[in-house]
Amino acid sequence: MSQEFVAIGHIDDIPVRGARCVRTAHGKIAVFRTATDEVFAIDDHCPHKGGPLSDGIVHGNAVTCPLHNWVFSLESGEAQGADEGRVRTFAIRNVDGALSISLASLTEAAE
Amino acid sequence: MAQKLVIIGNGMAPGRMLEELFDRAPGLYEVTIFNAEPRVNYDRIMLSPVLSGEKTYEDIVIHNDEWYAYHGVTLHKGAKVSHIDRATKTVTAENGISATYDKLVIATGSHPIIIPVPGHGLPEVLPYRDLDDVSKMLEITRGKGHAVVIGGGLLGLEAAYGLKQRGMTVTVLHLMPTIMERQLDPAAAYLLEKALADRGIEIITQANTKRILGTEHVEAVELEDGRVIAADMVVMAVGIRPSSALAKEAGIAVNRGIVVDDGMQTSDASVFALGECAEHRGICYGLVAPLYESARVLAERLSGGAAEYHGSQVNTKLKVTGVNLFSAGDFAEGPDREEVVLRDATRGVYKRVILKDNRVIGAVLYGETTDGAWYFDMLKRGTDVSELRHTLIYGQAYQGGAVADPKAAVAALPDDAEICGCNGVCKGKIVSTIKDRGLTTLDEVRAHTKASASCGTCTGLVEQLMSLTLGDAYNPKAVTPVCGCTDLGHDEVRRLIRAKELKSIPAVMQELEWKTSCGCAKCRPALNYYLVSDWPGEYEDDYQSRFINERVHANIQKDGTYSVVPRMWGGVTSAAELRAIADVVDKFNIPTVKCTGGQRIDMLGVKKEDLPAVWADLGKAGFVSGQAYAKGLRTVKTCVGSDWCRFGTQDSTGLGIRLEKFMWGSWTPAKLKLAVSGCPRNCAEATCKDIGVICVDSGFEIHFAGAAGLDIKGTEVLGMVKTEDEAVEYIAALTQMYREQGRYLERIYKWAKRVGLDEIREQIMNDADKRHAYYERFVESQKYAQVDPWSERVSGKDKHEFNPMAVLDSQQAAE
Repeated sequence: MSQEFVAIGHIDDIPVRGARCVRTAHGKIAVFRTATDEVFAIDDHCPHKGGPLSDGIVHGNAVTCPLHNWVFSLESGEAQGADEGRVRTFAIRNVDGALSISLASLTEAAE
Repeated sequence: MAQKLVIIGNGMAPGRMLEELFDRAPGLYEVTIFNAEPRVNYDRIMLSPVLSGEKTYEDIVIHNDEWYAYHGVTLHKGAKVSHIDRATKTVTAENGISATYDKLVIATGSHPIIIPVPGHGLPEVLPYRDLDDVSKMLEITRGKGHAVVIGGGLLGLEAAYGLKQRGMTVTVLHLMPTIMERQLDPAAAYLLEKALADRGIEIITQANTKRILGTEHVEAVELEDGRVIAADMVVMAVGIRPSSALAKEAGIAVNRGIVVDDGMQTSDASVFALGECAEHRGICYGLVAPLYESARVLAERLSGGAAEYHGSQVNTKLKVTGVNLFSAGDFAEGPDREEVVLRDATRGVYKRVILKDNRVIGAVLYGETTDGAWYFDMLKRGTDVSELRHTLIYGQAYQGGAVADPKAAVAALPDDAEICGCNGVCKGKIVSTIKDRGLTTLDEVRAHTKASASCGTCTGLVEQLMSLTLGDAYNPKAVTPVCGCTDLGHDEVRRLIRAKELKSIPAVMQELEWKTSCGCAKCRPALNYYLVSDWPGEYEDDYQSRFINERVHANIQKDGTYSVVPRMWGGVTSAAELRAIADVVDKFNIPTVKCTGGQRIDMLGVKKEDLPAVWADLGKAGFVSGQAYAKGLRTVKTCVGSDWCRFGTQDSTGLGIRLEKFMWGSWTPAKLKLAVSGCPRNCAEATCKDIGVICVDSGFEIHFAGAAGLDIKGTEVLGMVKTEDEAVEYIAALTQMYREQGRYLERIYKWAKRVGLDEIREQIMNDADKRHAYYERFVESQKYAQVDPWSERVSGKDKHEFNPMAVLDSQQAAE
């Protein structure tokens, strides 16, 4: 399977220290923009109780789930601190602000 | 088969005895308890903090229902035993319940002495003995009126202080020339009297009560010398008498109390007596320490041991916040006695140690009581003090010349020195338990050793022991940091934000040396609130530091949908409003519509994308956001008041609407819910709200600091005002004080407990300048706060919050 990237919009569509969600046929993906303009894409679904991670507070390269305050690394998708669990991460490209993501891991999981 | 043990009474002494018994011999007895009070075992010495509002009943429960169930104890609550039949070994209660025993423990305690002066039967004449008495006092006082306390002993003074804290004016009548004459010498009594007078408690000594005046209710107290003191309530705290009648009727030997031997056994070999009803070697004890000591002896006996009780030396501490008082032993003057006295008028310190044959036989300490344990230890041991006489009065830290740190005193105590008098816990036990179990917090030490778990006056000593044992690992003074991003606590952060004029989150993090680059989900919302609150009009709200609810102005639900609650001013609505809501529910297929506890309507299960359109439709009908998601003003609940109600005294609905229209939009440390009731029947339940108003004929009684959530707590009275305008001003000023001092997520009742009710009353009720200043600052802040967030978003603000960034069709996703 090829690492094909799909355009999702511009970095300015996302507030600094914020997130937006991208809806796909296989579920939602949360796309983050950090204080230093790094971008990340992870599942928009907390493994604990399904909270929408794109609604969480973004701090450093991490997000806190709005439902029960689980914290996830945006880089690795791993839950931080005492909680255990992880979310899928997606490769994301930023070319002069134009963002695109690879859905490889999404479709792999769906197949 | 287990033997049957029946206990009459469920106070602290039998409670402790059972703990010791279950420790030593679990399963040896099948235990049945008859309790005349309708509840579990609670810490009776903590009644005074309950009366003053510093603790609640839940705080002082010693054994909860689970404890009894776990140990297989049958507890008959509200069952007063009326008969003991020693021939058949059966006890029977008034309600007919009976039980047979192999061993019987009588622990009926004592009853308060009521002086039989005329008028003593009036309903507002109360003893001060159990939780029912405290409840009755609180019912009568409701924070106002005048209380007369008869009896200036330990209990009477604590009652007086508690009632004063609850907002009453208080006079104490005491028969003797000085108060607490059994524990204090005249000099210490003078200092105490002065300290109590400073707290607004009037004390009249040599006051002999002639009668209590009043026909249906208490009106006044008349003294023998003709003086008349107005009173709404009279508390009798003149002493206790052992409750020994039941034993006497059963033919058991009784003097003043039930006579027991050194094994706590009565004249009947299968019957024991314990607690305040027992008389041991001619003494009836009324303090908890000796009762716990004898409880231990009885537990030992019941499990087959041969322990003996030889009586106790007792010491006293007064539980009045801010008054440090310690007394022990005998301090009367006598030809064979010497005394060493230290007075320091400026610091309000008085110490007197009484010696006989170079041994300490008594000590009275006022103002500085840290050495109480040391003197008491020497007193019990009969230590020869001739070597240290010249420095004795300066305390333990000065022995040997050098001024050591305060911990040295505790470090120097021998292992068997008693630290917690109530529970008889010695230093060695505390230290070894800390080490063996790896304890690091005071609560853990309390749980495992019981030290400092009763009256709490030894808490300082226990903390010093913890710090000695744990070293730097224990720091009781450490403030809890806001979060892992900083070492500073909330109060320091707030103070520095103002002092350094920090006006943005990055500025705060830079100047206060935050350890993370951009904080976390704990500190950022807190900082955002502090900045919003401290720099109205200047600080630009940082939405990325708000929780999702405050960002999208709706409440997130478990499935990621939202709930929408429009404002219904004072809980009043109309046909047009209801129709608009009905239309919105139909149009957007909203699955659930529910009434909230704050008299509004909640639409649940709204999709995030639909929120702006829902608000647009609601806005056309005149609705604005109800801010049901905000750490800010939520609802103002009202009753129909004088508009409709035949009991209504004022326009409570109108005042509620006015308050809500004035205060909506304000951000506060935690959510803020108000209510206004039109009469004391209180249909709007104003007395469990953050701020409540009870309307009466003569004006408005302002309440605050109630809770009906995780904690349940009635409100405290702030004070009375005459007009609606005043009510609005005082409430806004109180809210502003809370906005400026509250820690983020700290509800108003917790803030009030932290800063003190008197301090708040003083600033809002008595200090007009302060009140005006708070009020003005609130008004200023409201200029920037009262923007309806829903209409803003209908006009396009923060559009990105409500829609996905992209929608990828299945084609793209599947490629």
